[in-house]
Amino acid sequence: MRHRSWTALALLGALGIATAVPAQDLASFEKRTTVKVLPNGLTLIVCERPEAPVFSYYTLVDAGSADDPQGESGLAHMFEHMAFKGTDKIGTTNYAAEKIALAKVESTYAAYDAEYRKLVGQNAAKLATLKKAFDDAQAEAEKYVVPNQFAELAEQNGAVGLNASTEEDSTEFFWSMPENRLQLWAYMESARIAHPVEREFYKERDVVQEERRMRIDSNPIGAMVEQFLATAYVAHPYGRSGVGWPSEISQVTATEADAFHKKYYVPANIVIAVVGDLKASQAMPILEKYFGAIPAGPKPEPMTTIEPKQFAEKSVVIREATQPFFIEGYHRPDYRDPDDSVYDAISDIFSNGRTGRLYKSLVRDQKIAADAGGLSNFPGEKYPNLFAFYAVPIPGQTPDAMRDSIHKEIEKLKTTDVTDAELAMFKTRARADLLRGLADNEGLAHELAEYQTRYGDWRQLFHELDRIDAVSKADIRRVANQIFIPSNRTSAEIVFQPPAKPAAANAGGGL
Amino acid sequence: MKFTSSTRISALFLSVCFAAIAHAQNAAPSAAKTPPAAPAQAQPWKSIPIPPLHEFKPKEPKRIELANGVVLYLQEDHELPFIDGTILIRGGSREAPANKTGLVSLYGETWRTSGTAAKSGDELDEELAEKAASIETGGGSATTSLSWSSFKQDFDSVFGESMDLLLHPAFKADKLQLAQRGIMTSISRRNDDPGEIASREAARLVYGANSPYARQAEYSTVLSVTLDDLKAWHDRTVIANGIIVAVEGDFDSAAMETKLRAAFEPLQRGTLIQTPKVNFPGPTPGVYFADKEDINQSTVEIVGLGTQENNPDYYALSVMNEIFSGGFGSRVFQYVRTKLGLAYDVGGAFGASYDHPGVFRSEVGTKSVSTVPATQAVLDTIAKLKTEPPTADEMRKAKDQVLNSFIFRVDTPEKTLNEQIVLAFYGYPPDFLEKYKDGVEKVTAADVTRVANKYIDVSKLAILVVGNKSEIEPPLSQLGKVTDLDITIPPPPGKPTE
Repeated sequence: MRHRSWTALALLGALGIATAVPAQDLASFEKRTTVKVLPNGLTLIVCERPEAPVFSYYTLVDAGSADDPQGESGLAHMFEHMAFKGTDKIGTTNYAAEKIALAKVESTYAAYDAEYRKLVGQNAAKLATLKKAFDDAQAEAEKYVVPNQFAELAEQNGAVGLNASTEEDSTEFFWSMPENRLQLWAYMESARIAHPVEREFYKERDVVQEERRMRIDSNPIGAMVEQFLATAYVAHPYGRSGVGWPSEISQVTATEADAFHKKYYVPANIVIAVVGDLKASQAMPILEKYFGAIPAGPKPEPMTTIEPKQFAEKSVVIREATQPFFIEGYHRPDYRDPDDSVYDAISDIFSNGRTGRLYKSLVRDQKIAADAGGLSNFPGEKYPNLFAFYAVPIPGQTPDAMRDSIHKEIEKLKTTDVTDAELAMFKTRARADLLRGLADNEGLAHELAEYQTRYGDWRQLFHELDRIDAVSKADIRRVANQIFIPSNRTSAEIVFQPPAKPAAANAGGGL
Repeated sequence: MKFTSSTRISALFLSVCFAAIAHAQNAAPSAAKTPPAAPAQAQPWKSIPIPPLHEFKPKEPKRIELANGVVLYLQEDHELPFIDGTILIRGGSREAPANKTGLVSLYGETWRTSGTAAKSGDELDEELAEKAASIETGGGSATTSLSWSSFKQDFDSVFGESMDLLLHPAFKADKLQLAQRGIMTSISRRNDDPGEIASREAARLVYGANSPYARQAEYSTVLSVTLDDLKAWHDRTVIANGIIVAVEGDFDSAAMETKLRAAFEPLQRGTLIQTPKVNFPGPTPGVYFADKEDINQSTVEIVGLGTQENNPDYYALSVMNEIFSGGFGSRVFQYVRTKLGLAYDVGGAFGASYDHPGVFRSEVGTKSVSTVPATQAVLDTIAKLKTEPPTADEMRKAKDQVLNSFIFRVDTPEKTLNEQIVLAFYGYPPDFLEKYKDGVEKVTAADVTRVANKYIDVSKLAILVVGNKSEIEPPLSQLGKVTDLDITIPPPPGKPTE
């Protein structure tokens, strides 16, 4: 699990402080936490934490970039952006008229797109005419738009931390608000789930292209990671660009976004957690009224693609005028694997701060890296994923040196037991991390929604420590020997290469 | 509005390698551009009741001033069985010598990793990890700090180690070298990310490359720092009258006060470090360009001098900021991102600092070919702050946004504690935040127009572009006279340029 999660229960018992502080154990959460699955299939979680007159919510839609249809990479992320464009009531001056105008945007785009994509016989004049018709249709539709009214309404009502994110496994929406806006929030959130409107879609596509340029194209590490994943996976969509390949972002349509919404944004595929100064007895009826009205739909069928077993070592070498990096990954099972906590242990023992093995070896003692660590569950956890190691060389050091040192540490893990102290530190930290996360509305809402989605029961947040406590030294060696083998490995590195072009061409001013 | 699939690793690397450059990009309301809603369109949200907010009194910390000048802040919070503390020490990188830029960062890291006379930093690492506790030190622009965190039953031992580290540090050569390698790695990588280049160069344009608020560490300045420098810095700054201590968590204040008095009362007073007197002429206007041939997006920063938070116009400027760039409804977001689709990252603010002028900064990231139009669009939005007074609708939204979210400045004991420490450190009154709320409430459209006219002068701004010259068309010269910036990293002493 990449999310902290572990039992306070055992800890509090051990420390004997259960009566000294407001109890932070499972029993206390049982009293304060209410779960309700509505008739349409949507799951609501209300957790009472009346420390201040505010609340935080977290909507988790169990569909992410991995669910992007073939040829439409980036669609889940694109739809996430569109969820801020409003509804049939918010963000429009006249929805009836706007709806007709938007339909015309789609039909004119389809006509333009058909000509644009012609491999043979594309007619430039016709293309220009179709483009103009499309532009005109967009201009007409825009007349009805009240831009950004949805987000503005939230912000005006005191929303903070208003944002969303698209991961490989899921898409999340969240903000915090004063508690007296609960009903307003329930109205807004349910409306954008039930009745989103794909307005200004084609301009937002351009915004997303800029996001891609910022995070991937103009960022050496972003670009490296994209290549790394594309190489590590041959079949499963974890290998596809999450933000989307540029050509696909530039050709995705509002019609496709609508279809994605229809398939994946069904109540049965959504969990919403609300944490803060509210009483379940009062809040639940309000939430039921709004979220219960979302039309039901079938839960999307699980994905059929399973990444086939890797049998050949793979590597990517990027030579450019950028400082070197090294990363390598090994395929591992998904989060439901009985050894999931063993991977957590390895990740912790390898990379937790200055006591992590990679830090001690590569950074402190060998003096070859500025940073090094291990990552479990990359880039997601719902499907078989990668256990990755990375290192950042100091000036003068190469990716090869990083690779060698990481391999030595892996070899040690396979042949020698970790120490008692290392295992104990991992378990203690797990307990402390769980506890520290419990006094924060935002983090709690996230954890509750995440565990409810992944395990069907938020209590697993607390039960997970039992699995962590059960991890043994032998487990660690066994798992290390199973997966950290060359044929299961993909690596990516950046090798510094001075710019080819002569310095003179670079000089000169007066652009 | 981000996708996180492959950014997780970047964030990890960057957080270690580079100073994190996080700028919130949100912007605020469009005035005349928003057509009034036709009466035909139902607006059901308007009839949703908004009951009065539950009564709430923010938890204020207890303040105690010791005879030797140490100031203690105690904030009880019994929700979790932890106790966290911070010792804030006056003096930071702005007070350090220019030829040793990097000294305070090196100090902040080496202090903790070296450990104490009695216990090495490595031993401390293991001991604390066994308790899931931490002790960390760090160096900033105006302060250094030592902070700790532990389960409450480990307080005595962890606090004891913290005091030992404060009073008996053992700066060690191998740990200084470790810290130097870290900073030198960052230096070697500082031109890899366009956002980092832009943020750094923008600060240099506003404050001057040699200003204590903008100068950057180089291999030579980092390598010139010695163990003696670290010890001297420590002895000079760790004095009773330069220290504020803040403790928060699951404790009894009376008992905690006794422990803290015993620990801090023996500290001696000293001579407070002097903050250098610096001139703030602002940037030399013009267009500045840093070429980076491996990117397809330009990062543009438009910068000038900002203000201080104790400026009486601060409230009106805050409202102006909301209107300009305070969220999804702000002018710059509405125009450059939503209307023109030219950027994902667009934002800015007329920035304020506590004891020196902040930076008036607007930024936009846009594909190479739209560099000029996107920059022009931001410049126009800035200029319109003067020519297009805020509408009633903009004023209402901007103030609502500040006032309705005000609760989030005081909703946790930790936030109110931090606020009080910062105010105390800079000599601001403890009710500054409360006054801010009242001040914003009273701001009128006329006030916003007045401060826009008083503080905004587009002709005084510098435009910085980090981009790919071969792709930028139309050329930047359309924006003004272009000065090329040389961002070559000076090699370490005795080594040729790469």
